[in-house]
Amino acid sequence: MMEEVKEGASALSVHGHNVKVTEALKDGDALTFLIVSEKLSGTGEYHVHRTYEDLEWLQHNLFSQEDVPGIQGVIFPPLPARPQVNPPAKAVKQLGVLALGEWQPYCRALETFLQQVASHGTLCKNKAVETFLTDADPPGKQRARRNLFNRLSQAVEELRKEGHKDVDEFFHAERGRNAVATGGAKNAAERFLDVVLTQQKIAVACGHFSAALHLCVEPGEDPDKQAFSKLCVKLSEVFESMKKNMMNVAENNVNTLGLGLDLESRYQEAEREMLFRRTCKMVEVENARRNAERAKPVKKAAMEEVKRATEDEFGHISKVAKDEVARFQGSRVQMLQRALVRWCEQQLLTARQSAEQLSQHLQAVRALGPRPA
Amino acid sequence: MADAANPPPLQTDFQELEDGEDLFPEPSATQESGPASLPAQDISTNSNGPKQDSLFDDDPDDLFAEATEEVSLDSPERDVLLSDGPSPAITPITPPTCVIGPHIGHDDLFTHSSFDEIEEEEGGDSFDIHISVSDPEKVGDGMNAFMAYKVTTKTSMSVFKRNEFSVKRRFSDFLGLHSKLASKYLHIGYIIVPPAPEKSIVGMTKVKVGKEDQSSNEFVEKRRSALERYLMRTVKHPVLLKDPDVLQFLESSDLPRAVSTQALSSAGLLRMVNKAADAVNKMTIKMNESDAWFEEKQQHFENLDVQLRKLHGSVEALVCHRKELSVNTAQFAKSAAMLGNSEDHTALSRALSQLAEVEEKIDQLHQDQANADFYLFSELLGDYVRLITAVKGVFDHRMKTWQKWQDAQMLLQKKREAEAKLQFTNKPDKLQQAKEEIKELEMKVQQGERDFEQVSKTIRKEVSRFEKERVKDFKTIIIKYLESLVQTQQQLIKYWEAFLPEAKAIS
Repeated sequence: MMEEVKEGASALSVHGHNVKVTEALKDGDALTFLIVSEKLSGTGEYHVHRTYEDLEWLQHNLFSQEDVPGIQGVIFPPLPARPQVNPPAKAVKQLGVLALGEWQPYCRALETFLQQVASHGTLCKNKAVETFLTDADPPGKQRARRNLFNRLSQAVEELRKEGHKDVDEFFHAERGRNAVATGGAKNAAERFLDVVLTQQKIAVACGHFSAALHLCVEPGEDPDKQAFSKLCVKLSEVFESMKKNMMNVAENNVNTLGLGLDLESRYQEAEREMLFRRTCKMVEVENARRNAERAKPVKKAAMEEVKRATEDEFGHISKVAKDEVARFQGSRVQMLQRALVRWCEQQLLTARQSAEQLSQHLQAVRALGPRPA
Repeated sequence: MADAANPPPLQTDFQELEDGEDLFPEPSATQESGPASLPAQDISTNSNGPKQDSLFDDDPDDLFAEATEEVSLDSPERDVLLSDGPSPAITPITPPTCVIGPHIGHDDLFTHSSFDEIEEEEGGDSFDIHISVSDPEKVGDGMNAFMAYKVTTKTSMSVFKRNEFSVKRRFSDFLGLHSKLASKYLHIGYIIVPPAPEKSIVGMTKVKVGKEDQSSNEFVEKRRSALERYLMRTVKHPVLLKDPDVLQFLESSDLPRAVSTQALSSAGLLRMVNKAADAVNKMTIKMNESDAWFEEKQQHFENLDVQLRKLHGSVEALVCHRKELSVNTAQFAKSAAMLGNSEDHTALSRALSQLAEVEEKIDQLHQDQANADFYLFSELLGDYVRLITAVKGVFDHRMKTWQKWQDAQMLLQKKREAEAKLQFTNKPDKLQQAKEEIKELEMKVQQGERDFEQVSKTIRKEVSRFEKERVKDFKTIIIKYLESLVQTQQQLIKYWEAFLPEAKAIS
């Protein structure tokens, strides 16, 4: 997704762009993921088992890099929501498409997350990434404390800052665009999920009909009965085909456009959070300037210092943010294009297979029994 | 019927009441003895019988009680048992325009297989007739309004006056036709195709008061289609095709408004037949079924009934989901269009808009598919569930015919015993009367036996015809359905092929 930025020696000992999540193993109520990374040296692979807690640990470490200037300007690759083996309704809704397909789509989404982190010029330098991908032992568990990042989801009282006017035209436009895109992407992802769920229902209904038809087979020598039974069996096969086809269509939907829309939606959220962080910093700057202006001579120097530091931070953040936005816009177009192309190709393949199968069924039925009136 | 988007379970049709009408002119409604009033006794041969008196008890379960009150003079039933000679199966007011038929009081015709005779005598005229029901048109205003349908017949058969002709008919005309055919032929053992299902009060009311929305349009279309199938199935019967009432229905531009049709309802008819089935089950005298064929067939139809209802339920669920898919697809299309509109990247924006268009087209395909599911399968299965009910009714009539025969035999036995007693008394008048009654009863018994054998024979033929038609019917529908599926897929392929370059063009 994000392109590899090599600044000097590579921070990781593995390739970032092809990290794989090959399995999701159920252990009671928890899920464990098998993560495979390819050594840069070409001498083999790392296979590690990680839980969702380990992922949160990784994310926490990434968020906590206060020593990196402008880190708040990074659009952090979004981590998918917590997976649960028997998720309650609310969790299912949050997971969306990722809750389907026996966690295979979820694994793909995790893969994407890890690949993006490992390929991010700044983030990949964090030691936690190397540890996460290569250490045989699971990384230390840390309680997820309220962190400064992901503010939007936590600090309700600060939300009113979100509308704060921007000093920069570029960011003003970007915030506007992002606001629309976040809602639109979320909506599209949810509507697409509805389509997939209904397709699954249809597949099940076809299966029921197919099974019920088998019960209509009548024993006996009577030629008319035999003819009718043959028709029932044939029709049962047809509906079985329809069931398989519908399941494939739904699967294609999930694996391509479904994942794409889901990622787009979460990524727009991630950008929204970054922009909010910057806005908060911007408000901080305004406050610092005001404080410095109004400060009594005694405090003036200190306030000026605070002001300067804040402005510096804000400057870094804005610079990083601009780069991130540019990269984000480029990569999301690429991602969506790939999703749409793969979606179309797979649906086309499935449709051709289905048409072929149905034609065969049609020929077989025409060849059966007496000619229709 | 409720809103067509959620077709109700089949049973609802059968129980709907309309305007208090409730009748089906049953052939034996005027018969004196009720069939189900006999006390429980193990009857294993024909000669045993219950006590004489109880034969004439008023039967609280008399299924024909309702019918008796409301039988209209237009279509009187003939009591087969009480008339002399073979009963005319035709209602006397309808002038026979067709010469051949079981209803000319000819002994031979009635006892021979009427089927074969007709098929032979008409000779050579292959089955070539196509009936379509179209152009539903609202006539009148307000609650007196009704829907008139155009019934067009195209045929090369000689029994018709012309090769192509149209008439206007309303729903109650169809019901009237069915009632006439049933009253004439049901007791002979012909399977009379049931009419289209009951009017839905909601559906028709909407149409009458001019509320044109999708559900009332769907209702009219569903009915139109059902009426067409009803007519086509009815004329497939070689005897009914030439029935004067059928001919008049198809050809005559002025059909006398069946007076009794206001009192008619197909729900009433079906209730009657269902009650007949129930009453027979409740009968405490079991018919001595000497013919294993009938026993096996009856079981077969019971099973088939259960299976078809299950299938029908499955298809209804499928249709429901397909319509849901259509709605969801349309909503997704809208959301994709919104994404396209707000997208800055030109090529991506265009691709998203194209995506929205593709999804809209696919939505249309889903709707077409849902219609195919419905009109082909759901309606076919519904038709056959109703048809099975008619078949079961025919079996029940056979049982009733048997019962009549048995009753006559028992009565004869009693009369003989009474006559024997009278021999020893000095009452020459009474003795003479007894002898006369015995003669009458002997003829009735013979008639009863002939009727029973005739019905049995006819039913065998009818069932065989049913089984053949069933295969043809299902095969035709399955082929149509598969063709529609293939077409949908090929259309889908075209859409995907058109979209692919658009998706690839994003860069």
